[in-house]
Amino acid sequence: MWLKFEPRPEPSRVMTYLSPLLAVGLMFLSGLILFLILGKSPVEGFKVFFMNPLRDSYGVAELLLKATPLMLCAVGLSVGFKANVWNIGAEGQLLIGALAGGWLALRFEGSHSPFLLPAMILAGALGGMLWAAIPAFLRTRFNANEILTSLMLVYVAELMVSWLVHGPWKDPDGFNFPQTKLFSAAATLPILLTGTRVNAALLFALVALVVGWVFMNRSFMGYQMKVAGQAEFAGRYAGFSAKRSVWIGMLAGGAMAGVAGISEVAGPIGQITEHISPGYGFAAMIVAFVGRLSPIGILFSSLLMALLYMGGEQAQQYLNLPSSISKVFQGMLLFFLLGSDVFINFRPRLVRRRK
Amino acid sequence: MELSFFSSILFATVVAGTPLIIVALGELVTEKSGVLNLGAEGIMSVGAVAAFATAHHTGSPTLGILAGMGAGMLMSLLFGISALTLMANQVASGLALSIFGVGLSAFIGKPYESIALASVTPIRIPLLSKIPLLGPSLFEQQGLVYFSWALIAAVAWFLYRSRAGLVLRAVGESPVAAHSIGYGVVRIRYQAVLFGGAMAGIGGAFLSVFYTPMWVEGMVAGRGWIALSLVVFATWRPMRVMIGAYLFGGCMITQMFVQGSGARISIPAQFLSSLPYVATILVLVLISRNRSTIRINSPASLGQPFLPDA
Repeated sequence: MWLKFEPRPEPSRVMTYLSPLLAVGLMFLSGLILFLILGKSPVEGFKVFFMNPLRDSYGVAELLLKATPLMLCAVGLSVGFKANVWNIGAEGQLLIGALAGGWLALRFEGSHSPFLLPAMILAGALGGMLWAAIPAFLRTRFNANEILTSLMLVYVAELMVSWLVHGPWKDPDGFNFPQTKLFSAAATLPILLTGTRVNAALLFALVALVVGWVFMNRSFMGYQMKVAGQAEFAGRYAGFSAKRSVWIGMLAGGAMAGVAGISEVAGPIGQITEHISPGYGFAAMIVAFVGRLSPIGILFSSLLMALLYMGGEQAQQYLNLPSSISKVFQGMLLFFLLGSDVFINFRPRLVRRRK
Repeated sequence: MELSFFSSILFATVVAGTPLIIVALGELVTEKSGVLNLGAEGIMSVGAVAAFATAHHTGSPTLGILAGMGAGMLMSLLFGISALTLMANQVASGLALSIFGVGLSAFIGKPYESIALASVTPIRIPLLSKIPLLGPSLFEQQGLVYFSWALIAAVAWFLYRSRAGLVLRAVGESPVAAHSIGYGVVRIRYQAVLFGGAMAGIGGAFLSVFYTPMWVEGMVAGRGWIALSLVVFATWRPMRVMIGAYLFGGCMITQMFVQGSGARISIPAQFLSSLPYVATILVLVLISRNRSTIRINSPASLGQPFLPDA
């Protein structure tokens, strides 16, 4: 007997939503196996990795804190992904957003103006957009593959951060650590829930989810993006500009990543260091896919991804495993999702093997 | 032997370009079969760590290379299952492989950080290494450097002079036509993907066993992506891959140029380090600008899934 995939006449709606759940289930299962291979008790490992982070309200708050940049980046990226615009450089756009907003914080250090913070957020969005505009321009003007250019710019952005915190922006009283001065209170996002680190950025993320939903489902431009992604030729025939899709997709991703970046440095970090993001821009791609490129899905998948980050920290602390185990889980999740998606368009059937 | 400035630059350029040649040629063959595997960065990372661990435990660099190659093939098998058997989007599958591979390598490699391997004595080719200026930089190299040259010839011969290569190209240009005359499109694509994985694994192994020789998280540093760009730069031709790889190799060692030239201007190290990435973008722009160059040279079915019996 041989497993064969038969095309379905119509994509299965049920499987569209079941597939992420199946993928999460498979990830849990392989997690258990992974812990077994590593010589840890699977039950203990599962508890530490997936349940420990949420055992108290502080843990839940940390989960929201970590989900925030993921939500922001993912909702921006999903706009582009819908139109097959592959911005994979959100990590770099996030860093440039952090630099652009952070520059204002450092430049107006003594300021108590209530406009400083909004200006920083705006600068963050613009910074991210600027970094995303480069691949958009190179793609629309010179036909250069945006996957490769946007990714290359991540490395450039990382080096730029490194240069600034080691050089011109280094805190002169910082004992030579590669970091800037701490941002003043006026340049720091207000805390939403006292006793936690959850800050106003969570509100930005929730607003972004709503705006993203309205844009994709209720606006003509969002409709054009979807058509461009699902039926390129139909879109062209209808006169929808492919170039505009690229621009909108890239800029939306850049703006949101930029806001995520400035929210991190003006939030939990409080200054610019070399370690602004533990790969949020890359993890956000997984968040977007697992969330089916829809804001509601992204809300849930960003929480799951944040849990994987926290699980890694727990595993390091209690199981003596490297925290990068969270990235192993993230990668597995995306693979399982892509694999499970086969059931959307195909029906598995057992057939007798041909001789 | 004391190398002259020119010779040492040439030597370092060749060394830096070697992994790029190997990885890019693997990817070139994969792409010629119509499959776009964006996972090179992840495969290289896992190949690097597997090779390092093996070489460290066994003391044999050769076993290290083989381990890197095996690990690379396993990684690319994951991609194959996702993109070829389960017909998932190739771009997404490749990205998944890169994210997974970079994470997995960091995880596996943690215990190996801050260990250094003994550097491997290069292989000196008699007579040729005596050529003034060029000899010591070209013919006193690691075995994999010579391997990369042989690989260029082998891939060029395979693609354009062998029957199997013709079939592979046919699959890449028109899978439907190749299928209709009885070629197993999916099987051939699997072979191409596995070859690409093996080469990316070897490329990673070169970095951790010969180039540095140690393991640091993130040490592949975008070389997998640069190799992908190289394939576009080379317009899918093996010989041009070599030219491009040495060009980028040169970019990667600019720091040496600057220090060696005795220049008094102080350029931040980060600027020099960003050169290969900026150069990649520039090169992509220059090549892609002419749409027809890309359209004519890229395999027609690149990135499209193939469903047998559809």
